[in-house]
Amino acid sequence: MSTPQATIEFEDIELPKKPFLARLWDLSKRQPLGAFGLIVVIGMVLMAVFANVVSPYHPERADFVNMLAAPNADYWLGTDAFGRDILTRIIYGARTALFVGFACAFVGATGGLVLGVASAFFGGIFDLIVQRIVDVIMAFPLIILALAVVATLGTGTENVIIAITIPFIPQCARVVRSNALAIREIPYVDAARALGFSDTRIILRHMVPNVMAPYLIMLTAFVGQAILLEASLSYLGMGVQEPTPAWGLMLQGGAEEFAESAPWVPIFPGLAITLAVFGFNLFGDAVRDLLDPKLRNR
Amino acid sequence: MRRFSPKLAAAAVLGCAVGLGVGGPASAQERGGILNFVVAGKIPSYDGHQETTFAVIHPLAPLYSLLIRVNPENPQSPTDFVCDLCEGDVPKGEKGGTEFTFKIRQGVKFADGTPLTSADIKATYDKIIFPPEGVPSARKAFFRMVESVEAPDPTTVVFKLKFPSGAFMPAVANPYNWIYSKKDLDTHGYEWHKKNINGSGPFIFVQEQPGSFLEAKRNPNYHHPGQPYLDGYKAIQAPKMAVRLQAIRGDRAAIEFRGFPPKARDDLVAALGDKITVQESDWNCALFATPNQKREPFNDPRIRQALTLPLDRWGGSKYLSEIAIVKTVGGIVFPNHPLAASKQELQQIAGYWPDLKKSQARAKALLEQAGHPGLKFELNNRGVDQPYKVVGTWLIDQWARAGMNVTQRVQPTPPFYATLRKKKDFDVSLDFNCQSVVNPIADITKFLGSAGNNYGSYEDQVLEDTYDQLLRTGDEAGQRKLIRQFEKRALDEMAHMAITLWWYKINPHRSYVKGWKIAPSHYLNQQLDNIWLDKSLM
Amino acid sequence: MYKYILKRLLLAIPTLFGAAVLVFLLLRMVPGDVCEVRLAGSGLYADPAEIELCREQLGLNEPMLAQFWAFISGYFTWDLGNSMWTGKPITYEIGLRFQLSLQVAIMATLVAIAIAIPLGIISAVKQDTWIDYVVRAFSIAGIAIPSFWLGIMIILGLLISTQYFFGDPWMPPIDYVSPFEDPWRNMSQLIWPAVATGYRYSAVATRMTRSALLEVLREDYVRTARSKGLMERVIINRHALKNALLPVVTIIAIEFAFLIGGLVVTEQVFNLNGLGKLFVEAVDAQDFNLTQQLVMLVVLIFVLTNLVVDIFYAWLDPRIRYS
Repeated sequence: MSTPQATIEFEDIELPKKPFLARLWDLSKRQPLGAFGLIVVIGMVLMAVFANVVSPYHPERADFVNMLAAPNADYWLGTDAFGRDILTRIIYGARTALFVGFACAFVGATGGLVLGVASAFFGGIFDLIVQRIVDVIMAFPLIILALAVVATLGTGTENVIIAITIPFIPQCARVVRSNALAIREIPYVDAARALGFSDTRIILRHMVPNVMAPYLIMLTAFVGQAILLEASLSYLGMGVQEPTPAWGLMLQGGAEEFAESAPWVPIFPGLAITLAVFGFNLFGDAVRDLLDPKLRNR
Repeated sequence: MRRFSPKLAAAAVLGCAVGLGVGGPASAQERGGILNFVVAGKIPSYDGHQETTFAVIHPLAPLYSLLIRVNPENPQSPTDFVCDLCEGDVPKGEKGGTEFTFKIRQGVKFADGTPLTSADIKATYDKIIFPPEGVPSARKAFFRMVESVEAPDPTTVVFKLKFPSGAFMPAVANPYNWIYSKKDLDTHGYEWHKKNINGSGPFIFVQEQPGSFLEAKRNPNYHHPGQPYLDGYKAIQAPKMAVRLQAIRGDRAAIEFRGFPPKARDDLVAALGDKITVQESDWNCALFATPNQKREPFNDPRIRQALTLPLDRWGGSKYLSEIAIVKTVGGIVFPNHPLAASKQELQQIAGYWPDLKKSQARAKALLEQAGHPGLKFELNNRGVDQPYKVVGTWLIDQWARAGMNVTQRVQPTPPFYATLRKKKDFDVSLDFNCQSVVNPIADITKFLGSAGNNYGSYEDQVLEDTYDQLLRTGDEAGQRKLIRQFEKRALDEMAHMAITLWWYKINPHRSYVKGWKIAPSHYLNQQLDNIWLDKSLM
Repeated sequence: MYKYILKRLLLAIPTLFGAAVLVFLLLRMVPGDVCEVRLAGSGLYADPAEIELCREQLGLNEPMLAQFWAFISGYFTWDLGNSMWTGKPITYEIGLRFQLSLQVAIMATLVAIAIAIPLGIISAVKQDTWIDYVVRAFSIAGIAIPSFWLGIMIILGLLISTQYFFGDPWMPPIDYVSPFEDPWRNMSQLIWPAVATGYRYSAVATRMTRSALLEVLREDYVRTARSKGLMERVIINRHALKNALLPVVTIIAIEFAFLIGGLVVTEQVFNLNGLGKLFVEAVDAQDFNLTQQLVMLVVLIFVLTNLVVDIFYAWLDPRIRYS
């Protein structure tokens, strides 16, 4: 006597893949703040790239007849002390802000990644020395670093980037290193070594992918921080210089003198900075939430 | 030059009427009250002989007396000096202007009770003019004409000069020449005054909280009868302009003695109306654009002329004065001084022509001739807003209109000075000439290639000869003629430096502060002994 | 345990030495010196011979190694030198400002805690609801707004609103009195920068509270407590919070270290006579001695705080001691 076969045959059901935009919409519903951040980021990038198309005037065009004009039909956000259109300078300022932000973030985070992974992987004296250097730079006040950079290399956008990037590298290195250290103890790395895999291969194929999450998180966080630091350095007189349009510089010149008689001069650059940093931070938060495995399985 | 708006003038008249109406005596000054004011800088040491910053004058000058000083009732005049510790009129000089005898007041005391005699004045000026080795004296060079200082008896001081010089009296009146007690110098040495104060001024030191404020109270034994009117004062340190502005607005301070930019004044007047009084005057300070003549092509006078020609000074005077502390168009002499150029004379000089288009065209033509059309260079500037960065941005814009392509290298103060004075590795730099007492014959030495504060790196014998002649000329007409010659050569033919605009001092203050009169420099008239507070307006 | 502490202490020494070398070199890379600024800073004529004399007296013409030795050897004799600008002892200059900076740091931290912990808890408990979004937006705004802009707006707001409501504009006092002398005046000056700074620092602590609490709420023992039927509130207060607070306390401690001497911009805006303002003045004037000592102080505080935190963690988690 044979038992009845209890097999259930399933057809291969192919779930249709949702279109990209629909999937994006789903994601946005789950992370509304992050979606808002993404919109801000994309908006700024577009503004920066198409600055000369979108702006009504040239950013350095001085109109001495209309100095400190209130927002009107000709100058939608008013003019500054030299009669330069504030809307134009904010749009072009996005270029400087994003340039500074992305450059500092990328160089800082990547530098930190390399340093952190190397420090974790090689360990020993190398690690010890690198960690001491990291300690020193992290404890060091930014203003002194910035002053030294500015005084030896001069002011200007490139040197501001150098000054801001310097404290980013150790910050990122430290975070990456602690993540990478955790990986190093995992048995399969030992196994890989026993199998004779080269150091480079182990680093690149095993360690780096696992520190990608903190790397990306720090990267997005750094952009916002860099924009704020540029504003602070400009306030102290060590940032980007006239007549380059940059939000921090616009804020420095206008914030104090004209806070009351011409409030549009400090308000709009301040709003631009706040919005940009806001957007990047929200976006970065969403990236972190998406990448964090513990938070993924909810 | 003082300027009241009609509204403020009416308020001032009203204020006086109220004061007189309340049964006041013939002199309306009231006694009493503490004056709070803000100072933009940090006090270095307490020794005025060694320092040059105004952060020493504003809080500390009221604690000391001077031999002679600018007349507190008429500080705008560059020649009106009156006696402070001396008696009678300021001496005119005997023996062909090589001997000056001062009669010293009797009964003056230092804060510690020591009586003041001519020996103290001699000891002070010996310290200033003939300091011992290793003792700094910032203005020693101003007294090169002095041979000796004698005190033949307790009420007489005699200055003997090596040669007569019109620069002597203004040097003696310098607001930093605080009279110290000989006893202090003998017992405690020459470093004591850096950290200690013992003066005969209208006020006595109470305390300093470093970085925060300095307090002083009335000197009951002050030698000008009835003064000081104030019970005391508090000098509060506030490095940021916004804070100083807000302090006056919020009545945390009544006045600031250096000056505010025009928009700040407008803010205060708009917010407080007639509770604010504004005093304005020309300021004995000007910014120049100085080309480095050791660098090609700035050794070519045509290039240098092209730098000064396209600057729209007449127009700039109108619009820049709305956002910066500059205003008056002037030549090498302080505007409105008897020796200054008239408007017609100015308009003959390159860069001051009334036809801007002509100037711009000529600049372009000169650049072509010299082989550098569309000249590209870097301007060395100081990282201070008013008026350095504003003027710098304006200069770049003006030069752009003549086809030049200029970038700015803005540095914080110490590297800026290093570049300008020591390394001299600039193309063109922003430069300045600021003095306290207005003294044109001494002040224009800035343009001589041999001067210690000349950074253009050039030699010009014609200019040196003209100046020599000027020094020896006694009559004003002759001086005027030579100064015009000097001016033409320095600004036009050789265009060694391009003067931008003379600074403009704007002091808005609370209306209840009375008696302070604006001087053409923020170092002058700061002893505060004739200031009083009108309680009815507080 | 003691070996661990000793090891960490020893490691701190090269960090401090490295910082000393770095600040010494960086300052001297900048052209210009305090004598130039003091004597020529106002635009008045300055006698070059006087500037040289000033340099001689301050030891600026000595060879680099001699200057460095003078700097370092001061630590063994507890003679931190004199400020090159005022000539007064640096311990005196710093001591004065330290009191104010410390007070502002404490007040700002209290404000930060008062904002961060409740908001972080709410945000974690109500995760992904609109309350969560509002709280997160509010706290990120705190980081995004430039601090000096916020400060200027606060003072301006005070001036305008008091004039509107009371007829006379009022602003906080601009000179410092100790809280023991005149607590009311002290508070009326310091509450504003404390709130402005506290709001900014609460942002980091809020997010940390939120994420730490979220992690803990997913732990097994919390699930057990839930299945036992305990109320959510009891779970949070009795079990979750204690464990979640550990990283939060760490963050707050580290941020506190930054607040001392780190409030450079805020002190400028509110005219506080603190370490940050002293820093800016020292750097502006190229006062090498003062700048060096200030940097070393800041680095020391940072190193010590990290040390304390590390030791604390090692005490809690034995695995760390043996790594």
